[in-house]
Amino acid sequence: MTETPLLRFEDVHLAFGGLRVLQSLDFEVRAGETTALIGPNGAGKTTVFNVISGVYRPQSGRVLLGGRDLSGVAPRQRIRHGIARSFQNVRLMAHLSVCENLMVGQHVKTNGLRDLLAPFRLMGNHRWRREAVAALAEVGLEAHADAPVGGLPYGIRKQVDLVRATLAGASLVMLDEPAAGLNPTETNALRLHLERLKTRGITLLVVEHDMHFIDRISDHVVVLNFGRKIAEGSLAEVRRHPEVRAAYLGIEEAA
Amino acid sequence: MSGYHTGVLVILCFNIIAAYAVYLPLAANQLNLGIAGFMAVGAYAAAWLTTELNWAIAPAVLVGGGASALVALVVATPILRTQGIYLALATFALGQVISAVFLNLEPVGAAAGYQVPAYAPAPAVFAATAAIVAVVFYLSRTRFALYLTALKNDATVSELLGLNVRALQIAALAMGAAIAGIGGGLYAHHFSFIEAQHFNVALSITTVLYVLLGGTQTVWGPLVGALVYTLLPEVLRVGAGWRYVLFALFIIGFMAVRPRGLVTPDLGRRLGAMLTRRAKPGRATP
Repeated sequence: MTETPLLRFEDVHLAFGGLRVLQSLDFEVRAGETTALIGPNGAGKTTVFNVISGVYRPQSGRVLLGGRDLSGVAPRQRIRHGIARSFQNVRLMAHLSVCENLMVGQHVKTNGLRDLLAPFRLMGNHRWRREAVAALAEVGLEAHADAPVGGLPYGIRKQVDLVRATLAGASLVMLDEPAAGLNPTETNALRLHLERLKTRGITLLVVEHDMHFIDRISDHVVVLNFGRKIAEGSLAEVRRHPEVRAAYLGIEEAA
Repeated sequence: MSGYHTGVLVILCFNIIAAYAVYLPLAANQLNLGIAGFMAVGAYAAAWLTTELNWAIAPAVLVGGGASALVALVVATPILRTQGIYLALATFALGQVISAVFLNLEPVGAAAGYQVPAYAPAPAVFAATAAIVAVVFYLSRTRFALYLTALKNDATVSELLGLNVRALQIAALAMGAAIAGIGGGLYAHHFSFIEAQHFNVALSITTVLYVLLGGTQTVWGPLVGALVYTLLPEVLRVGAGWRYVLFALFIIGFMAVRPRGLVTPDLGRRLGAMLTRRAKPGRATP
């Protein structure tokens, strides 16, 4: 592949005090593909997401989006550059309804001060609301549009978090353990939804522990351990890798 | 309407204005404990304009609101670096500083107070209050209000969704300050006299108290809070000397029964459901 990858980590180092969280990390996410980021707990997977969103700044190395260095891009600007994410522990705004959460997700597509001060709640079925409900309908959740988020079951909140991440028109959507805590029916619905996103040309970067799920959705797998990349390739390939086996079995200095 | 009733209504209006001045930043998770200071800026600025420069009251009061907002904008950068209780302390200190400045400012009477000959009658106060309430209700129907609730819930995620959290918080603080300033300007011209001692800590704190009593999660909360806080002591006049003891007991009782305030979004939803059920007769109630 000679084309520029959508996202590229180049020798990224990140430490919190003496704790090295990412060490000389290099990897690529190719446009249009689904890349899975796997590894044992504490491997640095969510940290990678936080570096991409700009929550953490690496001490050295570069993160490139479509060839552009992201280091000077503020966290709040990154979604405008096409980076959106869901959260491991589902961070919806508990005091807002499902629909209102999605409307916050629409923010980058709105038009400055005019839209900020438009009294859309006075206009019955406003375009923003229709768009949010349509996005909910895709995952079969339109009935929950006006429910306050706080009282909804975990599986539903999880899906709403994902839908919110897709409303900004981002080209790269990062999903942090999207299948965790979902029942088999919900997992299946999630897989179908991710496939739909993929056909729209959205590139996915997914952190997940469920290997069956990864097998079905991913084109490429990157394995991290202690903040380093220890293997990459197809799931079958990385599974055969001795360091990966050691990392998952917890044997040090294996092979 | 008797003089007594008009008097109570005027006080109610000033309390409502103050309540919304506190509510706007509070909706963005900023407790402004210096609201009296912002009222003082508006009061003195407007009074000085009408008295010394012979301005008409309306533009003077508006400029007073603008002056108060300007003070908020200037102090916003250092003050909004702090969070939670520290932000509250910073605004508290700011309120004290402003009050102390006017206490020593000779051109506006310093400690002797400042006479304000131009008079704003009660109907003008009512109209201005109605306008302010209308503006805040309008804002509550916009994305601006939606974003304030969002950042109050989770500032980090709001930022990652592209919201300019800092600008929104500064805007909320400045708009609250503008409302406080307008309230102060009206106060000066209705009561014809202002003194720095009036804009004290107790005024700031009681305003915050009745906003919390009414509830901060909906735009109705401050209105209901100000109503209860103003009218309940009047109703309790029957209790003579025990009036304020009863009042305090009522407040404690309210807070115990409704810790999130008298008006909550949940209450709104239940009322809404009740009204729709009533509007569709024939449907069995479960």
